[in-house]
Amino acid sequence: MNVIVCIKRVPDTEARIRIDGSGSSIESSGIKYDMSPYDAFAVEAAIRLKEGLQGEGDVSVMTLGDSSSGETLRKALAMGADRAVLLNGEVSLDGLATAKALAAELEGSEADLFLFGIKAADDDQQQVGQMVAVLSGRPCVSGVSSFEIDGQTARCKREVEGGSEIVEVDLPAVLCITKGPNEPRLPALKGIMAAKKKPLEERPAQLSGSRVRLIGFSTPPPRAEGRIVGEGPDAVPELVRILREDAHAI
Amino acid sequence: MAKVLAVAEQRDGKFGSGAHEVVSVAARLAQDLGSTAQGVVLAGTGVSLDASSLGSFGADKIVVIEHDALADYNPEAWVSTLENLIREGEYRVVVFSATTLGKDLAPRIAARLDVPLASDVTEVDISDGMVSVTRPVFSGKAFAHLEIDASPALISIRPNVFPSVESVAEGEVTTVTPDINVSDLRIRVLERERSSDGVVDVSEASVIVSGGRGMKAPENWSLLESLREVLGADAALGASRAVVDAGWRPHGEQVGQTGKTVAPSLYIAVGISGAVQHLAGMRTAKTIVAINRDADAPIFGVADYGIVGDLFEVLPRLTDEIAELRAKD
Ligand SMILES: Cc1cc2nc3c(=O)[nH]c(=O)nc-3n(C[C@H](O)[C@H](O)[C@H](O)COP(=O)(O)OP(=O)(O)OC[C@H]3O[C@@H](n4cnc5c(N)ncnc54)[C@H](O)[C@@H]3O)c2cc1C
Repeated sequence: MNVIVCIKRVPDTEARIRIDGSGSSIESSGIKYDMSPYDAFAVEAAIRLKEGLQGEGDVSVMTLGDSSSGETLRKALAMGADRAVLLNGEVSLDGLATAKALAAELEGSEADLFLFGIKAADDDQQQVGQMVAVLSGRPCVSGVSSFEIDGQTARCKREVEGGSEIVEVDLPAVLCITKGPNEPRLPALKGIMAAKKKPLEERPAQLSGSRVRLIGFSTPPPRAEGRIVGEGPDAVPELVRILREDAHAI
Repeated sequence: MAKVLAVAEQRDGKFGSGAHEVVSVAARLAQDLGSTAQGVVLAGTGVSLDASSLGSFGADKIVVIEHDALADYNPEAWVSTLENLIREGEYRVVVFSATTLGKDLAPRIAARLDVPLASDVTEVDISDGMVSVTRPVFSGKAFAHLEIDASPALISIRPNVFPSVESVAEGEVTTVTPDINVSDLRIRVLERERSSDGVVDVSEASVIVSGGRGMKAPENWSLLESLREVLGADAALGASRAVVDAGWRPHGEQVGQTGKTVAPSLYIAVGISGAVQHLAGMRTAKTIVAINRDADAPIFGVADYGIVGDLFEVLPRLTDEIAELRAKD
């Protein structure tokens, strides 16, 4: 079973996002970057799959980004992936341009599974995995919280509003992974050492132009100052009154 | 004249607020373009559906595409069907709802049509023929303002953000049956499970009662359930990641960075500290109430109203008081 996982380097979820003076970019100074959280679930799923097959098969990770993304790939290698590819290029706000660059790279690939995190924690677009699937003619299930391989198919648990579905998909397939039962592992020292010797190839991405033009970024208006209604259960009647009369919320 | 298409989602023959929102947005954009809005609904054969009701949100024409293979959402069956309709219709804008279905379907349509997609937008306008949108990025810590340089411009709109605008009009409904070869489908939906019957999903609820680690144990959720019940049919339970990871609550209830993004009119956070990753999922709620015994908990930084105290004392009282109020309504 060969698996390719596409991952992205994004600001750590704790990061404070500041917009620079021009209003057209995010200040990168002082920001810690990490693998996007959903991508970590996807990498974890790939490694578990391989472990379940007694180490048979190959897990490669791929990213589109600048050379600093090498660090994110190394993290995936330290978690247990076997090899990594860095497609060097500038990621735009047009997810289709990203998808095309990835699909071009995956053209002719004989991997059985292509995993994506369901969305990247910077653009939050939730689209690249499905687009790559369409562009490369492979079937795709998104919102997969767990899956099992069963011969030439994958049986996926797919999270939907108010419940879940069991969906079967023919391999090779694209799965967009959401949070499931398996917490992504932290790289152990042994893994970090091993990762240094694993192959990491870098080549230019085949990027087309973006058809989404950035006018600017803004920050959400701060929420109006809230107030503590009171302490303990005695504050409840006043809270209920406010929710009814002022906030019209109940 | 370039029209605007709204992709309206039905479940078991019923339209939710998401369907009304997409049609309302499409109608507004069509008006700005001096053209008309249309709606499309995909459904199983013979589903009883009041498609003309979409007309009262501004759709002149509603196309119902019926086929047995469209009864459940299966992207393999849906994509070609919808792609064909869009190609034939020469639309300027296509509006999806950013539900689970819309978020899965829209990118596939975008790739088929070779046009970009702006997902989960919270504002959209058209002026001088250019479609511009605002969408949250970095889990809502910032907004990106974008222009989409393609036609049709594809957007999915965040649920619960745009108003549903009703008028007296009625839309003309046509029903078509596409050719779908079921044996070609590479995806098969084998089972469907509903976690709790009749209760709205947290991502669509207008009121959310959300519990965190301060609840102490899973059996204490009966307290939250009682509060949810008195708040009515549009109320759902939510949860912090801490309690989902502990196995106290199902994944589907998790709110936040790695859970659902919600925008209800009322969010009640009980025993939740308010970690930045939790706030990422709920900070756009209209009214936020926090109950926490720690006056310094970060949740109070975003809450409109707070009670500092032991949730085990506050919750039963809150449930009683609201029940009493509701009884008088
Ligand atoms: C990559 C990443 C993604 C994440 N994604 C998410 C996400 O999607 N959603 C999410 O929620 N978290 C997420 N987290 C986790 C987040 O950082 C916090 O750990 C989590 O939200 C804490 O949950 P909590 O508030 O329930 O628990 P705690 O932080 O332990 O808070 C419990 C609160 O309960 C209060 N309390 C205790 N007892 C009582 C009582 N008797 N009465 C009243 N109050 C009481 C305490 O004062 C405290 O404030 C993520 C973290 C990372 C690193």
